Amino acid sequence: MGLYLRPETLPDALSALAAGRYTILSGATDHFPARVLATPAEDILDISGLAELAAIRIDADRIWIPARATWRAVIDAGLPASAAALVAAARGIGGQQVQNAATVIGNLCNASPAADGIPVLLALDAEVELARLGERRRLPVAEFVLGNRRTARAPDELVLGLHIPRPAGPARSVFEKLGARAYLVISIVMVALAAEFLPDGRIAALRAAVGACASRALRLSALEAALLGRFPDPALVAAEHLAPLSPIDDARASAAYRRAAALTLLRRAVARLGEPEGSPT
Amino acid sequence: MKDFPAARLRFTLNGHAVATLVDPMLRLADLLRDHLHLTGTKIGCNAGDCGACTVLLDGRQVCACLIPAGQIEGRAVVTVEGLAENGRISALQAAFLRHGAAQCGICTPGMLMAAADLLAHRPHPDEAAVKDALGGVLCRCTGYRKIVEAVLDAAAGDTVTASMSSDTVGARAEKIDGVAKITGSEAFGADRRPPAPFLSLRVIRSPHPHARFALGTTAALMAAHPGLARVLTAADIPRNLYGIYPTGKDQPVLAEGVARYRGEAVLALLGDAETLADIAERDIPIRWEPLPPVTFADAATPEAAQLHPHAPGNVLCRGRVVAGDVAQGFAGSAVRAEIAVTTSFVEHAYIEPEAGYARRVGDRIEIFACTQTPYMDRDELAGILGLRPDQVRVIPSAVGGGFGGKLDLSLQPLLSLAAWLTGQSVRQVYSRPESMAATTKRHPARIRAEAAADAQGRLTAFRFDGDFNTGAYASWGPTVAGRVPVHAMGPYRVPHVAAHSAAFYTNDPPAGAFRGFGVPQAALAGEALMDQLADALGADRLEFRLKNALRPGDRTACGQVLGAGAALVSCLAALRPAWQTLRATAARRNEAASGPLRFGVGIACMWYGIGNTGMSNPSEMVIGVTPAGRVVLFSGAVDIGQGANTILRQIAAEALGVPAAAIDLVTGDTDLTRDAGKTSASRQTFVSGNAARLAAEALRAAILRAANAAPEARLAFRDGAILVSHDGIETRLAPAAMVADADADGLVLRGEGRFDPPTTALDENGQGIPYASYAFAAQIAAVAVDTALGTTRVERIVAAHEVGRAINPTLVEGQIHGGIAQGLGLALMEDYVPGRTENLHDYLIPTIGDVPPIEVILIEEADPLGPFGAKGVGEPALIATAPAIFNAIADATGVRPTTAPCTPDRLLALLHASTSETAR
Repeated sequence: MGLYLRPETLPDALSALAAGRYTILSGATDHFPARVLATPAEDILDISGLAELAAIRIDADRIWIPARATWRAVIDAGLPASAAALVAAARGIGGQQVQNAATVIGNLCNASPAADGIPVLLALDAEVELARLGERRRLPVAEFVLGNRRTARAPDELVLGLHIPRPAGPARSVFEKLGARAYLVISIVMVALAAEFLPDGRIAALRAAVGACASRALRLSALEAALLGRFPDPALVAAEHLAPLSPIDDARASAAYRRAAALTLLRRAVARLGEPEGSPT
Repeated sequence: MKDFPAARLRFTLNGHAVATLVDPMLRLADLLRDHLHLTGTKIGCNAGDCGACTVLLDGRQVCACLIPAGQIEGRAVVTVEGLAENGRISALQAAFLRHGAAQCGICTPGMLMAAADLLAHRPHPDEAAVKDALGGVLCRCTGYRKIVEAVLDAAAGDTVTASMSSDTVGARAEKIDGVAKITGSEAFGADRRPPAPFLSLRVIRSPHPHARFALGTTAALMAAHPGLARVLTAADIPRNLYGIYPTGKDQPVLAEGVARYRGEAVLALLGDAETLADIAERDIPIRWEPLPPVTFADAATPEAAQLHPHAPGNVLCRGRVVAGDVAQGFAGSAVRAEIAVTTSFVEHAYIEPEAGYARRVGDRIEIFACTQTPYMDRDELAGILGLRPDQVRVIPSAVGGGFGGKLDLSLQPLLSLAAWLTGQSVRQVYSRPESMAATTKRHPARIRAEAAADAQGRLTAFRFDGDFNTGAYASWGPTVAGRVPVHAMGPYRVPHVAAHSAAFYTNDPPAGAFRGFGVPQAALAGEALMDQLADALGADRLEFRLKNALRPGDRTACGQVLGAGAALVSCLAALRPAWQTLRATAARRNEAASGPLRFGVGIACMWYGIGNTGMSNPSEMVIGVTPAGRVVLFSGAVDIGQGANTILRQIAAEALGVPAAAIDLVTGDTDLTRDAGKTSASRQTFVSGNAARLAAEALRAAILRAANAAPEARLAFRDGAILVSHDGIETRLAPAAMVADADADGLVLRGEGRFDPPTTALDENGQGIPYASYAFAAQIAAVAVDTALGTTRVERIVAAHEVGRAINPTLVEGQIHGGIAQGLGLALMEDYVPGRTENLHDYLIPTIGDVPPIEVILIEEADPLGPFGAKGVGEPALIATAPAIFNAIADATGVRPTTAPCTPDRLLALLHASTSETAR
């Protein structure tokens, strides 16, 4: 028989991780689908009882998305426009059943190449805070997600949450998801852009990320550089900016299609950055 | 199943405090169903892909299959059983009932709970909010439109229960089994268990599409797992071959030495469920030797392995309809067009995976399971077990979606065999991946077709060659091969026809029956040709079809002269206003469009023969009066959600001359009901409907005789008596007084009806009378294509269906909506790839957000043979949709899709190819 622990305090959770190997369980929406046909012998650390990791906090300079924050909580949190991409991603994840249970951190830690949350977190320049007994560390998302289903989390570590910086000046983020049906759809491609603007509307800083086009979501630094100091203009997005991508053929689409669609979605996302849809904050 | 030490759990369930000792990693869905015996929460996938198990947790919708029991400590769970208030169904449930929003009912609890969450938090949602809230629940039957209507209606507080003046023929009567479906009390295959103790059954399946295998000794396995009661192999099966056609029994229950598709059963384990779940595949003593698989592309080549000794060249069978002289028809034409179309495997994706149990009762075997065809099952199981048919009793469960997929045996043979051999009850529930890997699919097709017309726009010739991938075993392959050439040229007058079909064996899953039996695939080719010819002639695409439409008195390519009710002309005329308006709108939007969106409108027609092709397919019904004075209809027609129970009762009531509510229904049990034939080929309304009508007429005559009353007398059943009144004289019959005369069915008065559609076998050129009746339809699809992404959004469907007589318009519309949704899936997203899409997140079916508003126009021109003029609609609903969408995409973009599904990557590749062609 396996162990099942559902600690109510963080020290208890970290002590357990220090003492043994656990599969960490939170929203369980990726856990159970991976166990439809067979369930391996495993010990479970269910962190859903950690009340201290439940509440999203919006501070003047940053947003704190703790480990227990569900996508529903993200939708309801009243996030600023700088983090609008995260809300957009939340609305496209599974059905509302999944949004009500699944967490942002779970999406990150599951590290699927098609995870909708990860390109957004890359674009938002989020940092992952991890803890083990007596020690905490922070890692940029790009260093946390190592590949398909691989992260930098050590077995005795727990991800506490994400820090998302809030730019001082006007900022906006957008998310574009492409799937083959309206709901309940794993993305064929998704892109996220986060931009800060100069007072005249030119781009002061930009982070662009694409998902489902490599073993992990990737930033496109050449594209970011090309748009710096410019007004958002889709014509500035060029095919060569997508060089870092290495999409594959699978049941959802061909590699060539993914590359073409990523280019189109990036252009649309850039165009949306320039559209007056609510004021940037 | 790796369990965890049971923990004390306290939570609130439907308002009541519950304390239980339970494995904290048990899924909430299993806790509810297996431990607390609330089976209203359904399990469709165990992966959060279908939403059937949706419940409320602290007021918010969640998938009960994704919630570990440990997480509900101290929280509040509400299931469908908790929706009723003070023993009365809620306004939301009532709205579902009123709108016919539940067809098979397997998704209904999930839909209701998602809607309950929405309405609690947003009492006045708009349609977009309804879709967002219900987007996580898949429905395969309804096409979602009536569900959206019901939720909006419930929100509007419209609690008016229609004061129905009539509930017989033509009435929008609520489904007879509707309350069971909206309360979750309907018993599907997994909802009823045999009395404990019982054995569970697990099937070991081939991981290879084609392989030789050798079974080792099972002694070590048995020793390692004391809970393993028995291992069944092919050697345990008295007659290890089955199949639909008497001459085509080619499928083993358990493979013998050679596996011919990935997912084929090779071994069965019997024991307790926990033991079976703990056995690892790698510990099963099977030695595999993979062989090169025969694919659809190479099945006909000389190099391909020969899969069955009886099928040289891997050809299962061929079909052929030839009329006139097709070469002459082409020679004399002014315009001609040709096309090649390919289609994929399509999975039925009913939300209920196969489930059931069998038990041995003396020298008989009883099986409770989902099926579309209890009598065929009975006879086939008797053959497999080496029993007489009367030793087998088939009790169909409620069917959570069928669409042809539950016409083949699935888990019944092994369950029956296991129960027979062990004497114990045996239960099995397929997992979603097992259901998808093991069971039949729609036939992939490879079609080449050519058509021609003269300068006046009259069709002159049609040539059709369709190859179908029938997979590893015959199943319904011969039906497809036989039906396709009859329908291949579409519902048009064509003097010169040569239509050929062939079904090829491959190492793919068996392709079987699926709504339309190959005709939807053929229509993709034929309806493309109609557009191409109309365009070549400069004719309007609707008017061209109208000019060539089959009319009463016309002769089909089979030589059959059509009777009244061949009303395609009426369908097209009814569509003309929408066609013109939508075309004009699309043109205006295209002119105004500066972005990548292009708009298009497509039309397609279809015809469909009701019942089996050129062979007998009778139905028998019995209706009678009990000593208690109740009228009982004994119907063996399986209601798979389409509403046969309701429809047949409406027909019987009309013929008997009483309200439908006066009739009780006994259904679906081979011991209690006669053989009504299978629920397929759109035949139950037409064939069983006639049997029900004839039975009710016979009963009426018997009652009138007993009362010595005139034919026009009125009947009423009240307080245990039959009241027969005519000309102010009321005669009172007392059934209780006739109890000594009661027959074996317990009936004191009875009527029997039998109907077999008058057809003839087809000769070697396909000449004859394949069907007694045909349904006709035409549909329009309006689409928006994103030419930069290759995505297609269907914005609207207008469907004109000639149904003879709509016995229950709500149910007829429901069939049409649901067929359209499946047609949309076939056109745009459904592509089953063995080993790659064996779940409901990689295999995509339309969600509530994919099905557009649908306008249904019912044309009612009575069929001379139909019961009160009615004919079938189940399959006709689907056939025209995909071709209409393909034609709309071509209209929007100028490129013609030829591969189904037309996925974004395929369409974008076509668009790019066409652009580079233009550039060159």
